[in-house]
Amino acid sequence: MQWLMTLRIALRALARNKLRAFLTMLGIIIGVGAVIAMVAIGEGAKSAIRAQIASLGTNVLIVLPGSNSQGGVRFGTGNVNTLVDADARAMVQELRSVSFASPVLRRPEQVIAGNLNWGTLAQGVAPEFQQIRDWQVAEGRFLHEGDMDSAAKVAVIGQTVATQLFGNDNPVDAVIRIRNIPFRVVGLLVAKGQTGQGTDQDDTVMIPYTTMQKRLMRITWVQSIVVKAVSAERVQEAQEQISSLLRQRHRIGQDREDDFNVRNLSDIAEAASTTARVMAVLLGSVASISLLVGGIGIMNIMLVSVTERTREIGIRMAVGARSRDIMLQFLVEAVVMAATGGLIGIFLGIGSSEVLKEWAQWPTLISPTIVAIAFLFSGAVGVFFGFYPAKKAANLDPIEALRYE
Amino acid sequence: MSELIRVENLHKTYHMGDVEVPALRGIDLTIDRGEFVAVMGSSGSGKSTFMNILGCLDRPTTGKYFLEGEEVGSLSADEWAQIRNKRIGFVFQGFNLLSRTTALENVELPMMYNGFHGKERHQRAVEVLSLVGLENRRDHTPNRLSGGQQQRVAIARALVNRPSLILADEPTGNLDTTTSEEIMALFQTLNAEQGITVILVTHEFDIAAHAKRQIHFRDGLVISDKGVDQVVCRTES
Repeated sequence: MQWLMTLRIALRALARNKLRAFLTMLGIIIGVGAVIAMVAIGEGAKSAIRAQIASLGTNVLIVLPGSNSQGGVRFGTGNVNTLVDADARAMVQELRSVSFASPVLRRPEQVIAGNLNWGTLAQGVAPEFQQIRDWQVAEGRFLHEGDMDSAAKVAVIGQTVATQLFGNDNPVDAVIRIRNIPFRVVGLLVAKGQTGQGTDQDDTVMIPYTTMQKRLMRITWVQSIVVKAVSAERVQEAQEQISSLLRQRHRIGQDREDDFNVRNLSDIAEAASTTARVMAVLLGSVASISLLVGGIGIMNIMLVSVTERTREIGIRMAVGARSRDIMLQFLVEAVVMAATGGLIGIFLGIGSSEVLKEWAQWPTLISPTIVAIAFLFSGAVGVFFGFYPAKKAANLDPIEALRYE
Repeated sequence: MSELIRVENLHKTYHMGDVEVPALRGIDLTIDRGEFVAVMGSSGSGKSTFMNILGCLDRPTTGKYFLEGEEVGSLSADEWAQIRNKRIGFVFQGFNLLSRTTALENVELPMMYNGFHGKERHQRAVEVLSLVGLENRRDHTPNRLSGGQQQRVAIARALVNRPSLILADEPTGNLDTTTSEEIMALFQTLNAEQGITVILVTHEFDIAAHAKRQIHFRDGLVISDKGVDQVVCRTES
């Protein structure tokens, strides 16, 4: 029997019981709609989390001096003074996967302003540090290149430090002293809050790294270099390129270990996206259950339909329908119901997630893959739950079916 | 005339739980092409079982059934479906039309299972509908047709694939006398003009009288097998 005709018979049979067909489809409509909306919410949450993680710096790499070993004794990380600011500049200039790099030197210092003092973390950084760590300036300006060249005695302070030393006054252009050296405050940073480990990021004073090297620490090397890769996807590539660049710059032979370490924050990113994935799977599976229930609804109504139309099946068999013709007819009917329900469900799902996005400001993200999967799955539900009733119809004895009242 | 149907020592036994109910107990018959046969008998005589076997709807327990020289009693269900579709036309007491489906579509139904396509199918259906005199009722659904008209649609459906055999199970059982005569006249025309073999089951003598040959069943056996002349003689005497 031709497909088109089978389809027409199915459509006509469904049209005879419009309300019943609609109610049966409703199960699938709600199921598919729920799957799509829930997965859209899950995906939206996932990408929102990913964006947040990225702002924490998933594409940020930290280069630390490596361990050193002498006569079999291996010292811990940071025991060699191999990194210099030229390494940071070389990375930006030579590596296309790197967008920013800044040397970092850190030391706890006591900061004095007028008759107040406050112990905080002094950081010597380059202007690029602002882009790498996404610092915003609330008042004044951030450090700039000129400050580096002249090892200027200027500082940018965090909100915590400002509150402790200046209260609610504007700290810009005030003078603070570190180890008796006066620094002019040129900028106030926007508050960032705590890190995951509970460190107050706003409790800091940033000064040019050159000033830190020459005036406070009296060293020529840098403690670490923070690097921003051009994108989260290219972190791995950046890591490899930095390694080979530094090996070359530090003239490390083939058989020798690195004298530096390149680390990234991908662990955090991975943990967060795992959480988001678990959430998406959870939402998706809850929604799938409603799709399953919808499928059971189809099976139920198809069984009723087969019983109701026993006589019709008998007539069709008497005039020459084979078992597989009957089977196909009922299977197509079930699939048409499921697929139509699926199609309506897709629109409903997309619509409701759009509404959620508009009104509840909830981030949602519809992936074409899940739409395709949901549609195919609803078709599969039709085949799966339509199979038993169709088989039952096909296995009817024509004589019994013709006698059926 | 050549042989159309031959059954040899046909037995059919139904199992009702532990009880064995014999419906046919050894039937030997030959029906030639172009015959018009009435099968008679009281209920339980085995005539319906016999018709179901002839119609490839039921399998004999033992015995052989040859249709057009081919042993068909042991064919597969799908092969039977093909035989029912192409070589046998069924007419039932209760018409058995698809409700809410037009006369034309009911007639088209058998052609849906043998690959006839749209236009060809339509033409053939119109052709047989006019043969039974219903060309102007083709878009009516069965509930808008009289009993006689419904049976005509059913006959058209039986004819549509040009079968060599029509099996009619009490075709006039639900019809009044006048309509019954019209239906029987139609069968006679088909038999006489198109050479279609007609086998019909009835328990009415005046219906059976239209047939050229009458076979009586009782308790699963053939008790008489007469040409129409003898029957006419008997009813007149």
